[in-house]
Amino acid sequence: MSASAWETVIGLEIHAQLATRSKIFSGSASSYGAQPNVHANLVDLGYPGVLPVLNAEAVRMAVKLGLAIEARIAPTSVFARKNYFYPDLPKGYQISQYELPIVAAGVLEIVLEDGTHKRIGITRAHLEEDAGKSLHEGLPGVTGIDLNRAGTPLIEIVSEPEMRSAKEAVAYMKKVHTLVRYLEICDGNMQEGSFRCDANVSVRKHGAAEFGTRAEIKNLNSFRYVEKAILYEVSRQIDLLESGGRVVQETRLYDADKGETRSMRSKEEANDYRYFPDPDLLPVVLAEGFIEEVRRSLPELPDQKAKRLASDYGLSAYDAGVLTASRELAAFYEEVARQAPGEPKLAANWVMGELAAALNKAGLDIGASPIASGHLAALLRRITDRTISGKIAKEVFEAMWESGSEADAIIEAKGLRQITDTAAIERVIDEVMAKNPSQLADYRSGKDKLFGFFVGQVMKATGGKANPAELNKLLKTKLAG
Amino acid sequence: MSLYKKSLAELATGLREREFSSVELTQHYLSRIDAHAGRLNAFISVAHTAALASAHAADQELAAGRGRALTGVPFAHKDIFCTAGLRTTCGSRMLDNFVSPYDATVVAKLKDAGTVLLGKTNMDEFAMGSSNETSYYGAVKNPWNTKLVPGGSSGGSAAAVAARLVPAATATDTGGSIRQPAALCGVTGLKPTYGRVSRYGMIAFASSLDQGGVIAGSAEDAALMLAVMAGFDPRDSTSVDTPVPDYPALLGKSVAGLRVGIVKEFFDAGLDAQNQRRIEESLALYTKLGATLKEVSLPNLPLSVPTYYVVAPAECSSNLARFDGVRFGHRCKEPRDLQDLYRRSRGEGFGAEVKRRIMIGTYVLSAGYYDAYYLKAQKVRQLIAKDFRDAFAQVDMLMGPTTPTPAFAIGAKMDDPITMYLNDIYTIGANLAGLPAISIPCGFVGELPVGLQLVGPHFSEGAILNAAHAYQRETDWHRRIPQGCA
Repeated sequence: MSASAWETVIGLEIHAQLATRSKIFSGSASSYGAQPNVHANLVDLGYPGVLPVLNAEAVRMAVKLGLAIEARIAPTSVFARKNYFYPDLPKGYQISQYELPIVAAGVLEIVLEDGTHKRIGITRAHLEEDAGKSLHEGLPGVTGIDLNRAGTPLIEIVSEPEMRSAKEAVAYMKKVHTLVRYLEICDGNMQEGSFRCDANVSVRKHGAAEFGTRAEIKNLNSFRYVEKAILYEVSRQIDLLESGGRVVQETRLYDADKGETRSMRSKEEANDYRYFPDPDLLPVVLAEGFIEEVRRSLPELPDQKAKRLASDYGLSAYDAGVLTASRELAAFYEEVARQAPGEPKLAANWVMGELAAALNKAGLDIGASPIASGHLAALLRRITDRTISGKIAKEVFEAMWESGSEADAIIEAKGLRQITDTAAIERVIDEVMAKNPSQLADYRSGKDKLFGFFVGQVMKATGGKANPAELNKLLKTKLAG
Repeated sequence: MSLYKKSLAELATGLREREFSSVELTQHYLSRIDAHAGRLNAFISVAHTAALASAHAADQELAAGRGRALTGVPFAHKDIFCTAGLRTTCGSRMLDNFVSPYDATVVAKLKDAGTVLLGKTNMDEFAMGSSNETSYYGAVKNPWNTKLVPGGSSGGSAAAVAARLVPAATATDTGGSIRQPAALCGVTGLKPTYGRVSRYGMIAFASSLDQGGVIAGSAEDAALMLAVMAGFDPRDSTSVDTPVPDYPALLGKSVAGLRVGIVKEFFDAGLDAQNQRRIEESLALYTKLGATLKEVSLPNLPLSVPTYYVVAPAECSSNLARFDGVRFGHRCKEPRDLQDLYRRSRGEGFGAEVKRRIMIGTYVLSAGYYDAYYLKAQKVRQLIAKDFRDAFAQVDMLMGPTTPTPAFAIGAKMDDPITMYLNDIYTIGANLAGLPAISIPCGFVGELPVGLQLVGPHFSEGAILNAAHAYQRETDWHRRIPQGCA
């Protein structure tokens, strides 16, 4: 049986660390990279007698997210205790939300590369505290505990099992990533673990009514790992089922070095978390006025921005989606388009093409681009006014990237101004024709393909500066004799 | 010198008027503690040096005319309140070595008020017990008869006040732990409304029931203490942001016209006949003072003990998970691995009653049992709270016995937890409903004191203190001092 007989079913649980200044239930700073236990006060340490106090900013951020995904904001939500023993969990329980989460029943639309749109349901999003970290490196025979992260606020965003491929899962995760950064509720830093996910993966025969047994792959902290882990897991499950085995419900870990998932613990070994409402915290009651105030504070959201870009600049839905992946990128694009008027599509191609590739290669964010939006726009204006060709522009772009100089200075210094003078181009054509009599004869006897040869020769002779359209027109006439 | 016979109110006045110094007063009480400590076992820690230093500082304030209501007044904390620099054990081996790095809010408030902390009183382990026999530091003896229990869990505070080793002591009440020992020791014990006194720094047993309060010689003294202890605390989300009345100023009003509800369910088969007689005599006195009596029913009240023994253990099983040998408290020697560290640290650190309740609590929260036990208990709790609300629609406060019997013998009920738990049958309801309640001495059965309980609506501390004070102006039960302590 072929793999195409199987349908993949994926649901994601995304953990986004909320960008509050202090922790969710204590006044400690929630920052990354400090010496162990520097940002852990008595509440974080779970000392006898201490009590949690909810950070109002974390609630506001959760409401922002809920409104952005058109979800229901619970007028009353409840914090519960999830009880289990672990050294990096100081109280012996994690404060989370269980039966009554703050956000329920939302939706997010993703756009795939082929332009298809798909709506992914979001079951719920709830607030919880993060645990600390166990440290083993450099501590032979003992385990170190770092509680800096203990108590940092998380929002866990749980999707419906509505994704049908690893690509859809990645597109969804990227969309959530974009959204939380638009809302400025999470820095989205995946290396530092501020944005990570667990993937629930199962397979079933196409047309089957029931879902297959799922495996949960824990703690995926890059888009690439999400894709690779899901692809590996899907093929593992299909192989298993096709060889007569069965999938067991379990938690698995993705080993990025080996590119495979392996079992962490089975359902039978799973904890009974003994959830119950945390008696130290009152239910979170939100007034309608508060929710409306948060709604008014929302920025233009990615989908709205993409729609506006598509209609204002005549971009495709996919391009508009790519350009709105972050607020900074969209702002950069709009600035280029504004300063290079009349060519929004050209601006889009350059921002998504040359610039994106160069940034990617250098590992830089748009905010750190060595070429400012105004400088890129100036370059594009030289293409529009036919000072240089698109091809030469790429050369100028590279020089701008390396030197930080502006386009006009580079064009002048390198003498790259394109030749649009008909007489000058005709003179070069004549020279080329004279130098290549046999090719000319062949062309004239019907070898049309040699046209490209003559274009190349003329370009070579002009250092690529001949205006391509002009050259084509003149060459056709000349060659025809 | 008979300073110990004075009330807290009289001592505070004497200090302000420079009749005696805080140092003299502190030395007086410290010497009484030293004289009776071995006999009663009421204290876990005594802070001789720190107390005298505080007394010196208080005397300077008093000399400068900056004395406030409680400046220079000695007292003790139940060893459940975290005190920076002074060991806080919670009556458990688990915290035998624990010195808190911070002060509980109640501790800070009393310190700021200029009081003098003499020491930390003995208690049932993690406040789990009704006889003070579960303490790692041994049973406390009832000052009226040292073969008997003082009640619990605030047995040390009750015995210390009864024996006049301190004029007042803080205490906590989760199911009766202030009122029951106050009754059995013949002193006044006030459990405020849930949320009236901050729980920050009070080591949690059952968070939704725990409430800090005070044991003192009289309602008047309790009012003085509560005025300092009460108030909203931004560090306790369950504390209530409502103004603190000037409790002492609310005392002295007539109780004529007071509508007193007599709870039918309090006078059940378990109530000792002589105890009942003392209660009836007290009610008759209230009638004489102009109060009217009306029988009311709290039909769900008989379910309060089983409800409590689901809710409280559930919360305790989670609250006590932090005692894992990792960061503070008892840690077993040379753990082989993580599981061994947990098992032995907790196995060695906790006593039998604590373990029993952790197991009950773990069971009732487990998947498959949660709905049948925890959820059901929460529903019954709502019904009990509603019964009280209905009663308070008809009467101003409720009165009845605090306990079914006077003090019982040490060892008598330790092998029978159910009988032990039934000792709190009249007190648990107020915890489940979050209501303020007070127990005051109302006579004796033989040599043993009996307690009368007053329960009021939420935040009616002023009213129940006034009613208690009215009774104490007419009686002297609260002035009786046990033989051997005089």
